Amino acid sequence: MYCSGCGRPESECDGACLRPLDIPRFCSECARKLDVQVTPQGYEATCRTHGEPAPKRL
Amino acid sequence: MRTSTLLDEARRAVLGGGRDLSLEELRGLASLPVEDVPSLAALAHEVRLDRCGPEVEVEGILSAKTGGCPEDCHFCSQSSKFETPVRPTGYLDMDQVLAAARETKELGASEFCIVMALRGPDERTIDNVIEATKVIQDETGLNVAASLGILTRDQAERLAAGGVHRYNHNLETSRSFFPEIVSTHTWDERFETCSMVRETGMELCCGALLGMGESTDQRIELLGQLREVGPTEVPLNFLNPRPGTPLGDRSVMEPLDAIRWIALFRLALPEVILRYAGGREVTLGELQAMGMTAGINALIVGNYLTTLGRQPLQDIKMLADLKMPIGALSKVI
Repeated sequence: MYCSGCGRPESECDGACLRPLDIPRFCSECARKLDVQVTPQGYEATCRTHGEPAPKRL
Repeated sequence: MRTSTLLDEARRAVLGGGRDLSLEELRGLASLPVEDVPSLAALAHEVRLDRCGPEVEVEGILSAKTGGCPEDCHFCSQSSKFETPVRPTGYLDMDQVLAAARETKELGASEFCIVMALRGPDERTIDNVIEATKVIQDETGLNVAASLGILTRDQAERLAAGGVHRYNHNLETSRSFFPEIVSTHTWDERFETCSMVRETGMELCCGALLGMGESTDQRIELLGQLREVGPTEVPLNFLNPRPGTPLGDRSVMEPLDAIRWIALFRLALPEVILRYAGGREVTLGELQAMGMTAGINALIVGNYLTTLGRQPLQDIKMLADLKMPIGALSKVI
């Protein structure tokens, strides 16, 4: 598994890379960069390999 | 000179005589001790109420084309020149843009800005933005703004004729500091697009980004340059350092320093719509309401282009608590 903030293995990152109000940018399964679309009230983050997770509403 | 004297003279100039403060006077106010920042903020709030009234303009923004930008703005995670976590995505379609405009309308906003990470738009992009503008206006009643980079005169005229109400193109920083931040285009190119926007009859939204390492003198220089370009709106951004960018390791501004500069922007530009924009949450934290009583009279609610904002209800409650009604300011001023 990988850190969704920086894409490094979880064992190498304590999660501090994900700053307040940042969005996950890396797939936690394969560490590829996510396709992210931010909208005024939410965002969608999708991995091209692992499909489309449900949209995350804030 | 003593703080009370500096503030009294500034009050007399702006509120009494309707005279613009000189850059030298602004430089004096910029060097007030930190314990006097609340007094400076109070004066700026008086000026805002006198010149603009209590209304606050609320806007939502959408990144309709993210990343892959050929420019090298050192603060920006959407530049293709830097290895950042942002993955480029294509242009959004009309349904997606309209859905975001509807989200914005739900937040009580009067303004919706379509933003694209580009050096400048091609003709198809201009066509699409004009079409989107009409659909959004018809479906939501929102004023539509656009931020598409450097324009040609023909493009600016087409956007104006197509109903784009306001065009955003930031100077970001002073002419003297700009080469430290961007090498792929010049400050003068930005200034030229800003001038052209005004000439076409669109309202100019021209903002600043503070905290990139510019000096106090360079911020004062920028205030003079903003006066020259004559914007209707000035969005005030504070650097939120982005991983992978050349400014990624910088610290955020001190909150009271940010309040000081909000106040100075209001005192330098008494009649503009001064909007809270990116970086306010991480910079100001608990002092966000103080910014609203230091000269700010507009804000972006909800999320930004690549980062999140705080919960919109927090902003709506803040405005209600401050007894600041939401309104469309270009109709007020």
